[in-house]
Amino acid sequence: MNFSEVFKLSSLLCKFSPDGKYLLRITVWSLCTKSVSYIKYPKACQQGITFTRDGRYLALAERRDCKDYVSILVCSDWQLLRHFDTDTQDLAGIEWAPNGCVLAAWDSCLEYKILLYSLDGRLLSAFCAYEWSLGIKSVAWSPSSQFLAVGSYDGKVRILNHVTWKMITEFGHPATINNPKIVVYKEAEKSPPLVLGRLTFPPPRAAAGPLSSTESEYEVASVPVSLQTLKPAADRANPRIGIGALAFSPDNCFLATRSDSVPTAVWIWDIQKLRLLAVLEQLSAVRCFQWDPRQARLAICTGGGKVYLWSPAGCVSVQVPGEGDFQVLSVCWHLSGDSLALLSKDHFCLCFLETEQGVGTAFGQRGDHT
Amino acid sequence: MGDWMTVTDPGLSSESKYISQYTSETKMSPSSLYSQQVLCSSIPLSKNVHSFFSAFCTEENIEQSISYLDQELTTFGFPSLYEESKGKETKRELNIVAVLNCMNELLVLQRKNLLAQENVETQNLKLGSDMDHLQNCYAKLKEQLETSRREMIGLQERDRQLQCKNRNLHQLLKNEKDEVQKLQNIIASRATQYNHDMKRKEREYNKLKERLHQLVMNKKDKKIAMEVLNYVGRADGKRGSWRTGKTEARNEDEMYKILLNDYEYRQKQILMENAELKKVLQQMKKEMISLLSPQKQKPRERADDSTGTVISDIEEDAGELSRESTWDLSCETVREQLTNSIRKQWRILKSHVEKLDNQVSKVHLEGFNDEDVISRQDHEQETEKLELEIQQCKEMIKTQQQLLQQQLATACDDDTTSLLRDCYLLEEKERLKEEWSLFKEQKKNFEKERRSFTEAAIRLGLERKAFEEERASWLKQQFLNMTTFDHQNSENLKLFSAFSGSSDRDNPTVHSRPRQKKPHGAPSGSPVCTSKLTKSLPASPSTSDFCQTRSCVSEYSSISVLNTTPEESKPNQVGRECTNQKWSVASRPDSQEGCCSGCSSTHADAHIEKDDLP
Repeated sequence: MNFSEVFKLSSLLCKFSPDGKYLLRITVWSLCTKSVSYIKYPKACQQGITFTRDGRYLALAERRDCKDYVSILVCSDWQLLRHFDTDTQDLAGIEWAPNGCVLAAWDSCLEYKILLYSLDGRLLSAFCAYEWSLGIKSVAWSPSSQFLAVGSYDGKVRILNHVTWKMITEFGHPATINNPKIVVYKEAEKSPPLVLGRLTFPPPRAAAGPLSSTESEYEVASVPVSLQTLKPAADRANPRIGIGALAFSPDNCFLATRSDSVPTAVWIWDIQKLRLLAVLEQLSAVRCFQWDPRQARLAICTGGGKVYLWSPAGCVSVQVPGEGDFQVLSVCWHLSGDSLALLSKDHFCLCFLETEQGVGTAFGQRGDHT
Repeated sequence: MGDWMTVTDPGLSSESKYISQYTSETKMSPSSLYSQQVLCSSIPLSKNVHSFFSAFCTEENIEQSISYLDQELTTFGFPSLYEESKGKETKRELNIVAVLNCMNELLVLQRKNLLAQENVETQNLKLGSDMDHLQNCYAKLKEQLETSRREMIGLQERDRQLQCKNRNLHQLLKNEKDEVQKLQNIIASRATQYNHDMKRKEREYNKLKERLHQLVMNKKDKKIAMEVLNYVGRADGKRGSWRTGKTEARNEDEMYKILLNDYEYRQKQILMENAELKKVLQQMKKEMISLLSPQKQKPRERADDSTGTVISDIEEDAGELSRESTWDLSCETVREQLTNSIRKQWRILKSHVEKLDNQVSKVHLEGFNDEDVISRQDHEQETEKLELEIQQCKEMIKTQQQLLQQQLATACDDDTTSLLRDCYLLEEKERLKEEWSLFKEQKKNFEKERRSFTEAAIRLGLERKAFEEERASWLKQQFLNMTTFDHQNSENLKLFSAFSGSSDRDNPTVHSRPRQKKPHGAPSGSPVCTSKLTKSLPASPSTSDFCQTRSCVSEYSSISVLNTTPEESKPNQVGRECTNQKWSVASRPDSQEGCCSGCSSTHADAHIEKDDLP
């Protein structure tokens, strides 16, 4: 078994050092040759360790003497290839481009700075959109490595291109949508069918019950649409504003974003035309979304009992069948794009997507570790 | 006047009143007098007047009144009322004619005065009303002036206030900007302070962590570690080593290879895109030119300025196109040329479209259909067609590029080298073909020459035969004529001498022939040679040999020529190709034999050159 694969897939395994509780160093164990290698001073930041897509190289963020460094290691023999310092105040995350040749490193939210390094450690470019306000919140590479999307606390996503590493466009997330070309899907509850044709007192449980037991459907809302916004507390840290989640579709055509000040909406942008394509407004805050690895299909979950799927053809909301409440907290696609795992706190559900028929589901229990 | 009348004639008090009405101005106010006078004058005849008339003259004072009237009239310039007196003391008679005349005159005068009075009065009225009007106007204008002055003052006041506000706002803005700058500076300084503090705290924290870890680790015996179960060991049971110098270099190489591949791939993509776009631009340019050129034929002055430029552009662009097609490079100048020419064409097209628009609008205004104006529909159709064409061309370009890419991609190293080899072989093949054709030509020429030579040889042989016969007969005759007793020996000798002489004679001819042959080239030499041969009468076996060598006859033919008689000296037309004998210039029969036997195949050109050898 290739150790690097294991290392890559189990992201939590990397977070704590098997050497001790204090994350002083990362120990790399080779399962084949029983050799041990130590990597000192890893940084415990949000995304301090990242593998290239082909698993050849590992980039690790380190911090020593209040300076940030990045080490690039060859996964085949864990040799240190390059070690260089980054010009950041507090390195928050690093991520390889899918083509494995460029590494993006960004600073913490107190400073808007994203640096691009080549595989051999040279600084290719630095990008800074503005000063002093809260900076980068999320970063995503497009699968062709052509674009780098940077979501920041000012509610905008800036797209950089891989040729000049300069911004080609920025996407804003306003609370009202006026353009009639944009399709706005609003999730609405389907009113439950009345039994016996008359109202009973007390009112039927279905109406008062949790959302998970009622059906919902999408309605196309007519423009202009105003979305529900959340007013952030100005005096607290980590305010709920900015672009919290970004994801590119595998065919490079779409970008899905979530703005934390409008937490119930998912914004879908057309990258070919560089404009907003659709907005999905859910009834509760969006927790997680993920693109199908094979095609342009987005699965969204909001913590309720439903999973939502969007594709350019339309969108659908699917109730997860099962007894009791099944709160979908996150979704995970299978690599083939045929099935989808819906994860709740201590259960998971496998969804099979068939081309002609509907959706089949299978239940399972999650282990204690996740 | 009035005073004087009252003094002299109290009886005329009434008339004084009357007169005073006319003339006095002192007793009454001018306006009332004036008005009274007007009244009186306007009323032609009334009772008062009558009474006045009767008041002036009564029966008692006729003479006095007459004299008075006379005085008055004379003073006024009228003729006297009295007749001309003959004597001083006689009483003057009243001249009635004069009286009537005076009366008439007075009436006329009265009328005139009345008219004049009327005129003056109307004028007076007019002037009075004008004056009123002007006074009103003046008053109004004064008011207006006042109000406008007040307005102006008001506006000035407002302007001043607004300017004040403006200045205030500017000031506020500046203040705000200063504040913003100040806050930014504060933030910057705080950020640096914070960073410094953070770093200090981090160092402290690291130190504490280290100490704590040390303390904790010292107490613990066992470390929490991972135990590797069921690992796949190496064949020799030893632990593998990871780091070696070799692997480092290898890693570097691999890394650079990956980077280079990525860069090359990207550059290829960009070049492809560039080429595509350039082609599209060129296509667009061509189409724009073609769009604009049909206008050339219409002799419209509106299009004249554009066509002039179009024609020149077309000429320029044709030249440019030919140049650009040969250069498929991305050099600066070519790019600039292309973009400039596209811009030019676009400007011309734009101006043309604008002109058409103007024409269309004019047509709509004037309301008649101008045949030179392209209707909007046609124009749109044309543009649609063009767009379709452009789309098709683009697609074609894309597919072609893809195919080309595939071609390039699928050809791996071996294939390319074999391809290249094939190319070289092709070249060689072509060269060979050329040489073959050349060779075939030459062969034909040789054949021709050979034929001519053989003909010449035949002729020569025949001539020789004839000559030999002649000689034989001549010798016979000689012999017969010369001596009877010596006749057998001398025959033989003579024969031999004749033969040797002939051979000797032949030698110089043999020698000369090459020399004669020298200046002529190979193909052209043949007819000349034959002529020379016919000239040289003493034919020897070597001459036939000479003829034959030109057409590549083998050695044994020449030998047979030597040994045989002239009759048999027909050239052996073996016609072997490509083999030419060495031209044996050595004239001795034995040597000739030897040389002929030892002939080798050489080139036609070499054969000619060998003639020069001694």
